[in-house]
Amino acid sequence: MEWLNAVIQGVLLGGLYALFAAGLSLIFGVMRLVNIAHGDLIVLAAYLGLTTSVALGLHPLLALVLVAPALAAIGFLLQIGILNRTLGNDILPPLLVTFGLSVILQNALLEIYTADPQKMDAGALETASVSLGGISLGVLPLLTFAVAVAIVGALQWVFYNTALGRAFRATSDNQDIAQLMGLNKAHVYGYAMALALAVTAVAGIFLGIRTSFDPAIGGSRLIFGFEAVIIGGLGNLWGTLAGGVILGVAQTVGAKIDPGWQLLAGHIVFLLILAVRPSGLFPKVTG
Amino acid sequence: MPDPILQIAGLDARYGDFQALYGVDMTLAEGDVLAIIGANGAGKTTLMRSIAGLIRNGADEIKFRNVPIGALRADQVARRGIALVPEGRQLFPSLSVEENLLIGGRSGRQGPWSLKRVYSLFPILEERKRQPSTSLSGGQQQMVAIGRALMANPDLILFDEISLGLAPIVIRDIYRALPGIVSQGMSAVIVEQDITKALSISSRVYCLQEGRVSLEGASTTVSREDISRAYFGIE
Ligand SMILES: Nc1ncnc2c1ncn2[C@@H]1O[C@H](COP(=O)(O)OP(=O)(O)OP(=O)(O)O)[C@@H](O)[C@H]1O
Ligand SMILES: [Mg+2]
Repeated sequence: MEWLNAVIQGVLLGGLYALFAAGLSLIFGVMRLVNIAHGDLIVLAAYLGLTTSVALGLHPLLALVLVAPALAAIGFLLQIGILNRTLGNDILPPLLVTFGLSVILQNALLEIYTADPQKMDAGALETASVSLGGISLGVLPLLTFAVAVAIVGALQWVFYNTALGRAFRATSDNQDIAQLMGLNKAHVYGYAMALALAVTAVAGIFLGIRTSFDPAIGGSRLIFGFEAVIIGGLGNLWGTLAGGVILGVAQTVGAKIDPGWQLLAGHIVFLLILAVRPSGLFPKVTG
Repeated sequence: MPDPILQIAGLDARYGDFQALYGVDMTLAEGDVLAIIGANGAGKTTLMRSIAGLIRNGADEIKFRNVPIGALRADQVARRGIALVPEGRQLFPSLSVEENLLIGGRSGRQGPWSLKRVYSLFPILEERKRQPSTSLSGGQQQMVAIGRALMANPDLILFDEISLGLAPIVIRDIYRALPGIVSQGMSAVIVEQDITKALSISSRVYCLQEGRVSLEGASTTVSREDISRAYFGIE
């Protein structure tokens, strides 16, 4: 029973990791950009959530109504203003620029909010739980997982059922020919980054409700996100969700064996999967 | 003579240090079909990509309805009403047949062409509309590429190697459809290796040789000897 409990807690934790990873997966899929600053953008979202919920007396989840559009706007401007200029045949410039952005974000957050750990107050939601067949499940992890599934489903729907999704896929297939269709590549990428950062806002708020955070934790969130994306297979959003779940389960089961093993177990499972299936478990099938 | 829809003057196109076009001059009258012939590597595709904005040049080197477009991006050129059927079809592999057509029409320009019309021109595409575009035969893919360009309701349509790699019967079908396509108020530039076909479909013909215009004339009056001389550069 205890093991089953560990697995179920791991699945739910995987929901949070999928939220970290979904934005990464989306922008890699559309523009082959690896965003090193992704983890710091998650932390930025958590701080913006903290500030808005404290200043306006809002529940942190309600603060999303403001934080998600704010991050989307930041994403669009960041893409149009900076990142589009770095995209080309060379993969180094976007890596360097997003690494620089990561350093800037961390230092700016440190300057504004100090290094003291912060946490968002979500009231009763943090401790509420339901009991299911003898296993006690936190309402917050359940909600996080449900939101992750809903977001991956929604992104998938946008990708395959809307004109915007068609533009994303066409631009990802062939930028030049997509331009011939009248698509402005710079804007298409801007919308993709806006959407990715809106999802990042959700990830940041759930992170900030669940655990305390400080300006330096972005790096490890980036790693979890990366691992989930790569375990699931690049360019496959449902795969990313599965990757998050696998990572979460590896961590909770590892912690069950020995509390010090939580992170190590996650990395080991990631490396094992990478060794056996270098393109991930569910790589996007291309024709 | 009606006003020109397209005027090219002194067009030099480069790939890095390599110059592919030298001072190309070309005029296309509204409603006309112009054929471009020339040996492999003569610069035909470069010329088409330059008009479409995939290669950017001096603004005044290409004018569309007297407006300089030579320096515009491809998406800006497309929105002004120029569509390219690119060499090698270049469909979007992640998109179904119907999605490839729909994305062609995304600019929302008004005109006679719609999904329904494209499907009545190429009925096989309607049967296959849900399939990935990569699952079609080469000829069927060419139909999608043509349909995708038509969906934009362009005023000027550019065909780069419309018949390359296609079975004679498919080529015949496509050429039968062409006059109907062009008579809808569209002007066209057609790159065609088959000289007989090129002359039969067009009113004017240009021959490119090593990046320069080596011959220009009315399709009905140019002689075969002139063409072979212009084509191969034999004096
Ligand atoms: N991307 C490129 N980079 C460098 N040089 C190029 C590039 N594309 C074409 N060229 C060169 O430009 C010249 C013209 O090429 P282009 O493709 O326009 O010829 P073409 O007339 O379309 O030939 P074909 O009949 O084989 O399609 C050739 O010498 C070719 O080698
Ligand atoms: Mg060519």
